[in-house]
Amino acid sequence: MTDSTKARKTAETSPTPAGDGRQQWQEGPLAQSLARFPRRRETFQTLSGKPIADIYTPHDIADSDFERDIGYPGQYPFTRGVHATMYRGRLWTIRQVSGFGTAEDTNARYKYLLAHGETGLSTDFDLPTLLGRDSDHPFARAEVGKVGVAVDTLRDMEILLDGIPLEHISSSMTVTAPAAVLIAMYEAVAGQQSVTGAQVMGTAQNDILKEYTAQNEYIFPPRPAVGLVVDTMEYCAKTMPRFNPVSVSGYHIREAGATAAQELAFTLAAGFTYAEEAVKRGIDIDFVAPRISFFFDIHIDFFEEIAKLRAARRMWARMMREKLGASDPRSWTLRTHCQTAGVSLTAQQIENNIVRTTIEAMAGVLGGTQSMHTNSMDEAYQIPSEKAIKIAVRTQQILAAESGIADVVDPLAGSYYVEALTNEVEEEAWDIIRKIDDVGGMIQAVEIGFVQQLIADSSYTFQKQVETGERGIIGVNEYVEEETGELAPDLFFEVDPEVTARQIARLSEVRATRDNRAVKSALSGVQSAAEKGKNTMPAIAEAVKAYASVGEICDVLREVFGEYRAPAIY
Amino acid sequence: MTKRLRVVVAKPGMDGHDRGAKIIARSLRDAGMEIIYTGIFQTSESIVETVLQEDADVLGISILSGAHQHYAEEIGHLLRENKLDDVLFLLGGTVPKEDVEDLKGHGVAEVFGPGTHTDDIVRFIYDWAAAREKAV
Repeated sequence: MTDSTKARKTAETSPTPAGDGRQQWQEGPLAQSLARFPRRRETFQTLSGKPIADIYTPHDIADSDFERDIGYPGQYPFTRGVHATMYRGRLWTIRQVSGFGTAEDTNARYKYLLAHGETGLSTDFDLPTLLGRDSDHPFARAEVGKVGVAVDTLRDMEILLDGIPLEHISSSMTVTAPAAVLIAMYEAVAGQQSVTGAQVMGTAQNDILKEYTAQNEYIFPPRPAVGLVVDTMEYCAKTMPRFNPVSVSGYHIREAGATAAQELAFTLAAGFTYAEEAVKRGIDIDFVAPRISFFFDIHIDFFEEIAKLRAARRMWARMMREKLGASDPRSWTLRTHCQTAGVSLTAQQIENNIVRTTIEAMAGVLGGTQSMHTNSMDEAYQIPSEKAIKIAVRTQQILAAESGIADVVDPLAGSYYVEALTNEVEEEAWDIIRKIDDVGGMIQAVEIGFVQQLIADSSYTFQKQVETGERGIIGVNEYVEEETGELAPDLFFEVDPEVTARQIARLSEVRATRDNRAVKSALSGVQSAAEKGKNTMPAIAEAVKAYASVGEICDVLREVFGEYRAPAIY
Repeated sequence: MTKRLRVVVAKPGMDGHDRGAKIIARSLRDAGMEIIYTGIFQTSESIVETVLQEDADVLGISILSGAHQHYAEEIGHLLRENKLDDVLFLLGGTVPKEDVEDLKGHGVAEVFGPGTHTDDIVRFIYDWAAAREKAV
């Protein structure tokens, strides 16, 4: 039984310890109130199923030590935030995802968003790119430019980042399986801009473990894929020390149906795995750990998400310092991007999604995120229209300028409920991490489907709660209206139907005009490095500069590493 | 006793968003059907091959990448080509209302979008099976 559960049970059942009027209150005002109006439901639970008590008092956090567990922002264990001043010093980055069509299309959206006040860039790529296929691959034909921007060669990256100064604007790339290739492209474009390696800012998601359990954008089997991640960590620490080569992600895991504690556990376990694999390779933990960054979901249960983020920072600090012996405080620091939960949005009565996103964005700010993407109201239907994404940007700007929540640091610290919930989420997450350790670590857990089954079970539980009405969702199972299912004309968005043809034409042109002998030679360099177990990044960087394509480079790696087939778990 | 309905749940193309497909597979299984879940990254050919091999009554495909028209057309065509017109062809995913008619033109019997109650899918399939029994 957890300390806080014990404390609560004690308070509810045993004689009142001196000074705690809880029992009096339960037998008096609470009992009287319940006699007139019973509770709205038999039990109250957070979105993740944690019971919520009738009241929280100092008793619920009696075992918390302020200096040890809560403390100060910018100081171990960072429960209260990663910087001493937090948003009083610098606001979180407004970093909205852009990605559709060809590079020009997405570059135009970057500029639209920057003009409206976003302060960092984030890019989604199309499925062929994400899965290491060129736009003319037979399997790719129907998917070019649909869910993100098509990038085949360095030429596309040059156009994508045209007019974006990489030493002033940090840009995040939501790409994982072929991330090594895209990172090399990013580095090459920075070089073309005459931005030095020391100046380049940016992030690549590059968290392969969550692909096998949640997002399903994998190519190679887990072990060699993790090796590629470590390659990028080692390479970037040397060549682009301000670049975050990994953004260990909970978002997709949560969207796949995991609970908050599961999201936390699987994410931290994955981050720990990359760090540990680097150490096994002989890399100094403090060389790479400072640039491990994170990406969490912000779901609709306001307090639970705040608690989750606070617990995350405290747990990571402990893992890095105590389990891996990191001594640089930057290694202990969990810096995170957050995105409001796509899965919480409805296709029904879409204006309500603005409200949901706002609640979630508030939780992100009160939880201490470093950057944030707010979803648009029309995302159940399409990539956001300009109007909808602008509202999403304004949401963050209003929170920053008008609500006051950015003017105080970790204001919910000391709340009996929030601190108790932070402890509970943390404790459950440690339990799950222990189970992962018991099966042999995160890579093993992924290979045997342990993680996948837990996520599938959680998602099924949630679905049943919605279908029985136990969990209300306005517009879906409460206050349902007849709707046309069509979007208003001012929310118009369309990907140019000629996208596939345009992209294939560009790819053909690049292939025809590049030095194909240099490409061939560079590709065999990649193959050789992969076969010999050497860091593949220098060879990939050379291939990229020769305008080898994502598909060509990944095909070489497929030859060496093989392709992953997932077990059909549901 | 009537034999259990056999349902293939498949994800064609490159889309890996399988939360919905998995939930539906499980719901249909809990409702008494036999499920063959193909997993992701299936080609139209491999899906129809599975329907053939498994002697399936129902095929449900799930697409959230926007490629639904392409796959509905391709799979619809292959089902007819393989004399599998009598298989109930269903589609789930993020499909704009204006695309539904086109999809039905390719042989999709019904489209289930976001917010669908799994009971509705179960009922649709059992109603169809009952009508099929009567027609024999």
